[in-house]
Amino acid sequence: MPSRIVGGLGLSHVPSVGVAFDRGRMQTPAWKPLWDAYVPVRDWLARLKPDVAIVVYNDHGAEFMFDKYPTFAIGVAERYAIADEGFGTRSLPEIRGDAEFSIHLCESLIAQEFDLTVCQELGVEHGFLVPMNLCFDSAHGWPVAAVPLQVNVIQHPLPSGRRCYRLGQALRRAVESHPGNLKVVVMGTGGMSHQLQGKRFGYMNAAFDEMFLDRLESDPEALSELSHQELMEQAGAEAVELIMWHVMRGAMSPEARRVHRHYYAPMTTGMGLITFEDAFEKEQ
Amino acid sequence: MGLRPIADTSIFDLRASRRGFRLNRMCGSLCSPANREAFKQDEEGYLSRFGLTEAEKELIRKRDFAGMIHAGTNIYFMLKVGSVTGNSLYKMGAQMRGESYEQFLSSRNFKDAV
Repeated sequence: MPSRIVGGLGLSHVPSVGVAFDRGRMQTPAWKPLWDAYVPVRDWLARLKPDVAIVVYNDHGAEFMFDKYPTFAIGVAERYAIADEGFGTRSLPEIRGDAEFSIHLCESLIAQEFDLTVCQELGVEHGFLVPMNLCFDSAHGWPVAAVPLQVNVIQHPLPSGRRCYRLGQALRRAVESHPGNLKVVVMGTGGMSHQLQGKRFGYMNAAFDEMFLDRLESDPEALSELSHQELMEQAGAEAVELIMWHVMRGAMSPEARRVHRHYYAPMTTGMGLITFEDAFEKEQ
Repeated sequence: MGLRPIADTSIFDLRASRRGFRLNRMCGSLCSPANREAFKQDEEGYLSRFGLTEAEKELIRKRDFAGMIHAGTNIYFMLKVGSVTGNSLYKMGAQMRGESYEQFLSSRNFKDAV
């Protein structure tokens, strides 16, 4: 049986969630609304039982420095270390990889003209770990293997939204040409509206974020045409991370069914959550 | 192809990255606990390892976060120097907005979510 994508998630990777998680604060009034939104998502994932999560994320200066900066990079290792991004190393189990599956993805994606930087050693930090904390319980080790897929969303020029969407489409073909009968979820992380520098620090735009969630569901290909300029003007400079959600959406079928949706914007970042399942999954 | 300026916003592009290369390299080095300790023990000595200009060192001495961004520091790299000097993201943000920390917090939807 070929491998297949059983679910897709778009979700924010705000670092303060990692801190709140590590300090046991997810049940406090400030964080409970976010945590509660993930309860049905974790149940859903427990039912889907994915073997592998492809996590589309960006590094924040823990692993990639500006001496050399890849536009797209992928991990091909059996394990990924928890990185110290300047605030200490979080006490989480090491991430389990699937090197054979990763190598297949590289072969397929590069044949499809997505020329990725291939990483045999890669530490992962909040961009990757916060979504994992929200979606999976790691108390007894992570229940899924993972493939880190890092996108340059911090040093312009960035890949276009359309390019990211097409990477997602290519990723789907790559997964479906893998003979290993794996169930795969794709997580597009980052965003939503936020700006972390300049006088406009703290800017958020809930109306934009809701529009983005609407159109990600109903009109994803056209949404991926939104330029970096428009994204940054309307949702803040750091909101451009949202292009990583296009990778996830491109990997789902256009008519995929939306399962969960949530939005919470307490401090400086619109924290969005949306999940999709391909229509055929329901009948199986 | 180029991006148009956005008011009150810094766009971290390759020109900014060239300008801030030394500063970002210093910030990036703070991902090591030993380097963070060395910074705290002897900030001047630590800064002297990175070929920073006097003006760049002065931005760090003054904890001038808007100035660091202007000099090409990437926000995610600046967080590391913020952390080692006891300046959280929100403290740096308040300074960049020209507000007190309390003023900034009072502008948030739920200020306990820190």
